[in-house]
Amino acid sequence: MSLKQVEHVKLLDRFSTSNKSLTGTLYLTATHLLFIDANQRETWILHHHIAAVEKLPLTTSGCPLVIQCKNFRVVHFVVPRERDCHDIYNSLLQLSRTAKYEELYAFSYNPKQNESEQAKGWQLIDLAEEYKRMGVPNDYWQLSDANRDYKICETYPRELYVPRTASKPIIVGSSKFRSKGRFPVLSYYHKDKKAAICRCSQPLSGFSARCLEDEHMLQAISKANPSNRYMYVMDTRPKLNAMANRAAGKGYENEDNYSNIRFQFVGIENIHVMRSSLQKLLEVSGTKGLSVNDFLSGLENSGWLRHIKAVLDAAVFLVKAIAVESASVLVHCSDGWDRTSQVCSLGALLLDSYYRTIKGFMVLIEKDWISFGHKFSDRCCQLDGDPKEISPVFTQFLESVWNLTEQFPQAFEYNEAFLLQIHEHVHSCQFGNFLGNCQKEREELKLKEKTYSLWPFLLDEQKKYQNPLYNPSFSPNLTLLEPNTVSFNFKFWRNMYHQFDRSMHPRQSVYDLIMDMSEQNKQLEEDIKQLEAKIKRKSGQSDVVLLKEHQQSAHPAPVMLKTPPCFKKDQPLIPLNDAVRTIEGSNTADNRYSEFMEELSKAEPAIVSLEYGVARMTC
Amino acid sequence: MEFAELIKTPRADNVVLHRPFEPAVEGTLCLTGHHLIFSSRRQDNAEELWLLHSNIDSIEKRFVGSLGTIVIKCKDLRIIQLDIPGMEECLNIASSIEALSTLDSVTLMYPFFYRPMFEIVEDGWSAFLPEKEFEFLNALTDEWRLTYINKDFSICPSYPPVVTVPKSIDDETLQKVAVFRHGGRFPVLSYYHKKNGMVMMRTSQPLTGTNGKRCKDDEKLINSTLGPGRRGYIIDTRSLSAAQQARAKGGGFEVEVYYPQWRRIHKSVERFNILQESLIKLVEACNDQSHNMDRWLSKLEASNWLTHVKEILTAGCLAAQCIDREDASVLVHGTEGTDSTLQITSLAQIILDPDCRTIRGFESLIVREWLQAGHPFQQRCAQSAYSNSKQKWEAPVFLLFLDCVWQMLHQFPCSFEFNEHFLVTLFEHAYASQFGTFLGNNENERSKLKLPQKTMSLWSWVNQPEELKNFKNPLFEANSLVIWPSVAPQSLQLWEGGLLSKLMTIL
Repeated sequence: MSLKQVEHVKLLDRFSTSNKSLTGTLYLTATHLLFIDANQRETWILHHHIAAVEKLPLTTSGCPLVIQCKNFRVVHFVVPRERDCHDIYNSLLQLSRTAKYEELYAFSYNPKQNESEQAKGWQLIDLAEEYKRMGVPNDYWQLSDANRDYKICETYPRELYVPRTASKPIIVGSSKFRSKGRFPVLSYYHKDKKAAICRCSQPLSGFSARCLEDEHMLQAISKANPSNRYMYVMDTRPKLNAMANRAAGKGYENEDNYSNIRFQFVGIENIHVMRSSLQKLLEVSGTKGLSVNDFLSGLENSGWLRHIKAVLDAAVFLVKAIAVESASVLVHCSDGWDRTSQVCSLGALLLDSYYRTIKGFMVLIEKDWISFGHKFSDRCCQLDGDPKEISPVFTQFLESVWNLTEQFPQAFEYNEAFLLQIHEHVHSCQFGNFLGNCQKEREELKLKEKTYSLWPFLLDEQKKYQNPLYNPSFSPNLTLLEPNTVSFNFKFWRNMYHQFDRSMHPRQSVYDLIMDMSEQNKQLEEDIKQLEAKIKRKSGQSDVVLLKEHQQSAHPAPVMLKTPPCFKKDQPLIPLNDAVRTIEGSNTADNRYSEFMEELSKAEPAIVSLEYGVARMTC
Repeated sequence: MEFAELIKTPRADNVVLHRPFEPAVEGTLCLTGHHLIFSSRRQDNAEELWLLHSNIDSIEKRFVGSLGTIVIKCKDLRIIQLDIPGMEECLNIASSIEALSTLDSVTLMYPFFYRPMFEIVEDGWSAFLPEKEFEFLNALTDEWRLTYINKDFSICPSYPPVVTVPKSIDDETLQKVAVFRHGGRFPVLSYYHKKNGMVMMRTSQPLTGTNGKRCKDDEKLINSTLGPGRRGYIIDTRSLSAAQQARAKGGGFEVEVYYPQWRRIHKSVERFNILQESLIKLVEACNDQSHNMDRWLSKLEASNWLTHVKEILTAGCLAAQCIDREDASVLVHGTEGTDSTLQITSLAQIILDPDCRTIRGFESLIVREWLQAGHPFQQRCAQSAYSNSKQKWEAPVFLLFLDCVWQMLHQFPCSFEFNEHFLVTLFEHAYASQFGTFLGNNENERSKLKLPQKTMSLWSWVNQPEELKNFKNPLFEANSLVIWPSVAPQSLQLWEGGLLSKLMTIL
């Protein structure tokens, strides 16, 4: 497709009522929409990120075009000529709606790696290794080859771990009694408690049907835990929804038919409720001149934080069963790929500090989300498809994790930027990891040969994603995180939903500063070592005086680390240009700190000037 | 000594103390004239709680058998619970606490009895004299002078003895202007913006009344602060309708014809009981244990607390914007000019003046714009969120100001020399303190009470190097720029350290 270019396009400030704008040129490339303003600042928008394009009625200054992105960026252009606007609109509609996987960016994205680097990248996360780390296979759990050819369940991975006592007929029987064949399998094994998190889909119980193999399957899971006789079955749906499913021949476990199970509903709403909840949230947060009360009531009406709390409450319930009662837990919802993935992965994150490291978090996503068939393609609308399948289930997972990082600032190796970057790429279709709906589909697409894995790229730039407050000894190994889920601990995630609305962000970042300082400390320690080595070399012969001095200067580093980092005013400790956190990924020209300096001295506070305008009129 | 009469049971053993977030401790409870003291008396890990009676906002007692329970709710929003064995002891202790926490004479307050255990390096009472401040101003401009017209507090009882006024206006004129302004609070200089020479003044409402009285001297004073061809903004902290209604009670606002270079902006900021109710509702919402998200959000909304924070911060930004962006001088007033006016003038200074973001500068700001400017601390901070008694003059005006400062600190974490703990400390001392700084309602009362002679200044304690280090922000790097906070609802947060962290009931 040919490069299109439109001059004198205005980019409006989303929240300014005085129509503050930047003028520049809009370029349309095969993969991106690019806007370069008069100050040569670039705004890149990936076509795959576009969720909706809207042409508003013509105004005197031109034709407005509003683009909403999946990463919650909203841009408002005014194109001088209606014809140009119409052209861009049509092109964007086409470009943002992909019909085939092969047309996605990942298949053309070329990071200049050779084949072996590409393969190595894909091998970075090895789930067999991960199960080994958890301690399986062992006396109770084994690798099953039942699904080796995706014959039993198309949406599960090939390699599944099940209780040793669960024979193949039991597995096959159980899978026939479960929605989409998603029979109970191991998701996480707690070494110390010998308790397991297992996952599956709803049973096809209807009003009275039962299945002996399925009952055996649950019993096998129960028996695979020597420390407790009973197990929990968590249905993550609201009871009403589960009951309604019985009329369709699905439903939930009848406690009378299964021995030693404790059945529990935890009431997380379905994907449709979540989709409309996010829609409401975005409507509220996108309002110009929003009042505090409208914001809070909008937040309440959207139900969004209630849903996040429900997800985290469910995870806390799960974790308590395992950590306090040493009981195994089987988690399911309807199909076992949305709410089940949320609860299982959050549960594991609370139980096992490995998942709170950068690498561990990648493993967790690969395991509970990618391999177990969370339908990323449908949920994130990678291809033009059924809008009713779209739902922010994974976003909710990230937001739950973010809430935990806020409550436990020392427990996580990664920071908010890491979560935001993953969210960015779940929608970008730039890497192969999240393409498709299940492993089988990914294999058919030959993603490992044709696309690249996201994880090695994140690891390469992991400095950006490190939490400077992370303290590995705060929660060693299997330390349980016990979050307080009282309502006021759940906050609106401004940096997610207003990631690109910078006027709303804190103007200075503590994390960046701490990161820079620790970086600087490292550098200084390095310098000290080198200087010491130099002194040693020079004074090696005889000089006693120098040696004395040398001894004095041998330990300044720890002293410096101990005293609170108070700055010396005469020396600019923070290099102004380094204090940048780029969230937008590929775009490195983005320098927030210098912009901040500029903003401080030049720009006006958008919201204030708005009210100012109102105030003036009453004069 | 009359305190002893109020204490029937000075000591009780085997008392159990419950506090939020901490395990219960058993120990001994002692009552003194000014403190409730609890000691775990454990050899290995002695723990003591000293609570000023004046910090107690309300107490509740209840009994289960002979075990009595007293729930103490403090003005700094803490809630503690004491289980006291023995009904009589419990009743005695409860009535003593009630009596001791509601002493009506200021001179019986703890600051008059407190003897410092530290050596005073610099007396806080004389650390921020108007004369010294004026020296800095005088080095920049000679258009202003100090007037001692109020030295015996006869012109304006709520003003300090010394204030800064335009040089061209003599004391005789000031006297006439004072008659035209509510409470005698004639316009005085609040802030001089070095960058462009613009000024911020504050006053109270003009007493125009229904028949539109005017005062030529007032017009002369206000107009004299603007050069020819320059414009100024009068920021009225009431809505237009409220200002119009004020005329019926003898108050009013500046009519544009008489102040041709000035434009009036009405930026309404809530007052008194509305703010007090807001705090009560907010604390109630925070203490709600129902774990229901919708209920929390609707209660938070109903409290309106964050709306007030946004309003006040926005008004502060507006004043700062007029001065820095529009190159205009500003005159701020509401009705009395002792509450919302001071919130706005002090916030504007924090935005504009980097000095106000240092510890010393912030202290100076509190002294100038709140204590000397006559914010009635004693009235406003007499009761806090838990009080059952009928509200009179209580209002969390100062707490809201501190909250706004925290919002800025939160958005500019490297631009303030002080930390959150400093703000929390000021909040606590404004409500209950061993220091005399926040006693009295204005300088007049303070001088009558002889506070500088009889009590210790909070600043004497804070400014000791070993204390000061607790209040320092390690990330501070002097930033000479104007800082514009975002006032979008998405950018404002509930001040956890000041409000939430003390809450959460144990019950």
